[in-house]
Amino acid sequence: MRKVIGLALTVALVIVAVLVARYFLQPGPMPQQAGAPAVNATTQVINQGEYLARAGDCTACHTVPNGKLFAGGRAMPTPFGNIYVPNITPDDETGIGKWNADEFYRMMHTGISRDGLLLYPAMPFASYTKVTRADSDAIFAYLMSVPPVRQANRKHELRFPFNNRELLIGWRTLYFKEGEFVPDPKQSAQWNRGAYLVEGLGHCAMCHTAINALGGSKESQEFEGGMIPNQNWYAPSLTSNREAGLGNWEIKDIADLLQVGVSPRATVYGPMAEVVYNSLQYLSDDDATAMAVYLKTLPKRDAEAPPTSQARLVDPAKMELGRKIYEKQCVVCHGEEGKGHPPGLPPLAGNQSITMASPVNSIRMVLNGGYPPGTKKNPKPHGMPPFSHILDDDEVAAVVTYIRVAWNNSGTPVQPSQPNELRKLLPE
Amino acid sequence: MKMLASTPTRVLAFLAALALHVGATAQDHAVPSFAKVDSMEARVQGCVTCHGQSGQGTNSGYFPRIAGKPAGYLYNQLIAFRDGTRSYPPMNYLVAYLPDEYLRDMAEHYAKLRPPFAAPKPTSVDAATLARGKALVVTGDPAKTIPACAACHGKGLTGMQPGIPGLVGLRQTYIVGQLTSWRVGERNAAEPDCMKRIVTRMSDADITAVAAWLASQDPPSDPSPESSNLVRMPFACGSQR
Repeated sequence: MRKVIGLALTVALVIVAVLVARYFLQPGPMPQQAGAPAVNATTQVINQGEYLARAGDCTACHTVPNGKLFAGGRAMPTPFGNIYVPNITPDDETGIGKWNADEFYRMMHTGISRDGLLLYPAMPFASYTKVTRADSDAIFAYLMSVPPVRQANRKHELRFPFNNRELLIGWRTLYFKEGEFVPDPKQSAQWNRGAYLVEGLGHCAMCHTAINALGGSKESQEFEGGMIPNQNWYAPSLTSNREAGLGNWEIKDIADLLQVGVSPRATVYGPMAEVVYNSLQYLSDDDATAMAVYLKTLPKRDAEAPPTSQARLVDPAKMELGRKIYEKQCVVCHGEEGKGHPPGLPPLAGNQSITMASPVNSIRMVLNGGYPPGTKKNPKPHGMPPFSHILDDDEVAAVVTYIRVAWNNSGTPVQPSQPNELRKLLPE
Repeated sequence: MKMLASTPTRVLAFLAALALHVGATAQDHAVPSFAKVDSMEARVQGCVTCHGQSGQGTNSGYFPRIAGKPAGYLYNQLIAFRDGTRSYPPMNYLVAYLPDEYLRDMAEHYAKLRPPFAAPKPTSVDAATLARGKALVVTGDPAKTIPACAACHGKGLTGMQPGIPGLVGLRQTYIVGQLTSWRVGERNAAEPDCMKRIVTRMSDADITAVAAWLASQDPPSDPSPESSNLVRMPFACGSQR
């Protein structure tokens, strides 16, 4: 009996010894290092360049929808004819494969191509001139790292006299001011970062500053809004509190509108949906907030006086027709009092984009509907259906008038001729 | 003493009210409506004024029924509209900035729905045309090497998983429009594009005949698409791979 117990004890001891030995001898996971492993310097620059190229939304113009990245060829309709965007892949023959970082910086900074040609200002070099040399180099490194695509550039189809690049000398004298961004020492680092992104890579002024008959925009009217040529959407003023002026917005709501595409105050559609989808959704939270901080401080400059009470007078029959349509078609999403269900279903009451002087965007939304962009932070946005086949011009004018005037909104009535004109355009 | 309307007047008023009511319900399924804001039903309200509240289609002959079509087919169409490989500007605009996963969810949402069918509209084509249409749908035309529609779109014409759409509940104008744009190369599917091979063998008269017969059929008892690969298809189709 004692033998058996002794044997059992021995076996137990051996098992324990083996387990203890295994515990101490097995290699186990790699010991944790103090910081993340250092990223290779080239990788770091290319990653940074990709981030900046997105902030600059290069792909929006330089990639055909569903086409090869940065291979160009996309037609940019302008009031002066079509411009065909060039191939910026690193292909030696048809792209920018033979460029170096100096030449790339000169192009970004001065709007002069490698071969000395003056670029048309469809390339936003008037904004990109503010980009730092280091950031330009990072973008160049990133562009060199993408797959080269052999695709010859297409010749622009500009009408006389705009097909003559000599004219650009005059344009540049009037509208182009060369120079990198200079931080304002009186402002915070965050404000300066936001200003750098908005005025530089973001090239917001391309749409949010009115373009005149010569295709130029005046710095004195910066961010005061205007119709986007050939797209027939109105880019609201970022300075007027009657439009998209952000003076009374929360910073978080501005940052969300830029980065998420929806916010408790408003939602982006149309050309701005494209910008959020391709560019702004990829911004870091810090950069989106910095842009918001800067945008909120834009000086308040109301170009137009608020409409007089005379201008706001509405025919009661039109208002009643608008109310009936609203009750039937709109109320389920936008609510009895126009408060919506933000951020998914935007409010109409107190929404500056509804009441601003130009009713173009509201009319287009009623005619064509729209989805905000599906973004990383809002991958499944709510959408609005088109009503162009359901409502006639009088009805569209009535319901847009109703939402511009109801709930103490400060807009003015809309005439049936306005939806009639916009109805002829293709939705885009 | 109360004034009572005479009986015939009341009957007329009732009939008029009924007619108005029917008119209203016919439209109501195209009016935005949902139960809960945070739901797929609310998110796809962007579709309802053209495709109906449950994807059943509307009075317009140009907007198709989408409910119950295979999710793979609907997804391929949404991607094609987004990327511009299928062109219809109102659709291209709506889905331009929506990511793949969301379009997949939308496709699956509508693929699961089984709303009732609208009654088929009376067709204006003659009996010979209808007979030609039926022949093409059910047996095809061996002389022109046109396979039967039913060979791929299912015996009940309810489509086949994963990529072939049902043809039930579609209107004549829509079917003619799609076949014609396929023939001229405006619409296409994944290569090998079997539909392209078929429609280039069809005359205008064939297209009219097929569309008229399809649109005049009563709805099937079970509108679900057939499972994939139950049959061997006469032509290879990229959308079935």
